[in-house]
Amino acid sequence: MRKVWMVVAAMAALPALGADVGLIKVSHGSVAIERAGARMPAPVGTALEPSDVIVTGADGSAGITFTDNSLVSVGPDSVFAIDKYAFDDTTYAGEFQGTLSKGRLAAVSGKMVKQSPESMKIRTPSAVMGVRGTEFVVQVDEPAAAAR
Amino acid sequence: MLRIAAALLAAALAAGCASQPVSPALFAVLPAPDGHIGSIVVEREGERHVIDTAYGAQRLGADGGVRAESLTPAQVNASFGTTLAALPAPPATFTLYFLEDSDELTPESKAELQQIFAEIKRRPLPDIVVIGHTDTVGGLRYNDRLSLARAQKMRQMLIDLGIPADRIQARGRGKREPLVPTGNEVPEPRNRRVEINVR
Repeated sequence: MRKVWMVVAAMAALPALGADVGLIKVSHGSVAIERAGARMPAPVGTALEPSDVIVTGADGSAGITFTDNSLVSVGPDSVFAIDKYAFDDTTYAGEFQGTLSKGRLAAVSGKMVKQSPESMKIRTPSAVMGVRGTEFVVQVDEPAAAAR
Repeated sequence: MLRIAAALLAAALAAGCASQPVSPALFAVLPAPDGHIGSIVVEREGERHVIDTAYGAQRLGADGGVRAESLTPAQVNASFGTTLAALPAPPATFTLYFLEDSDELTPESKAELQQIFAEIKRRPLPDIVVIGHTDTVGGLRYNDRLSLARAQKMRQMLIDLGIPADRIQARGRGKREPLVPTGNEVPEPRNRRVEINVR
């Protein structure tokens, strides 16, 4: 019986996990998000969900605040995917995984990294970065034409 | 037989990896606004490369090799200026104080209001949590109500300022979180306060 209740409790907690994980606070030029196969413009105030992909044009840049107070900005001509995001506001436990497939990113880590170093990971096509804190930048270039 | 198949599979996988084009990448640690130097770890094919100096960097080349580098602030600006300019303002906390047993601000805190409001208004679309506190004079329930009244009054002032109501939460913590620890029933002006947390 107790197990049943635990399952019910876990299911009740699910919507909270699916809720907004961050907010677009800065949006210059062409900024869009891809969600469930659709692409939409992402002006200031757009709420982000796990598995959203932020795509900027040549004149685009975007700044995001996440619920654990981490800050991420994406520069021009960039593609940044939020692969996984979870944060417990009481225990500060969490997990943040993102992928920068191309372009530039700057970030200031938040409460979850302070609580457990390397809980934030940024992937690039050819490497993975674990974040112990605090401010950092990442740039990813296209593979050289000769290597293709 | 199985072992040979596994070896063949491993060889095929290794060959597959080797022919994958490498996307060159650059990773760098910057000094945080408060001067703190953090660290990051770059992992590539099982090797870990730690960066823990200001403007320290690791560069992944097109050949798949990872090399340590040291950047200059000018180089960082040239490459990441636009990106860094888009970083949102870091979260901030403002504290305002109240008269004893009242939801009326002290004259000193009233004088600070305009500057704090200006700071908050500079942020696009702020998320605000106002938390009210009391000193330890009086019972738990009484102070819970007083702390919430303080928080709600501040919330209303922020709404009057033009910040959308759905972006501001008000909570009361009563006498549970004194700024200055005291015994019970101690009037302490520094504990009669609200914290305005702005993200």
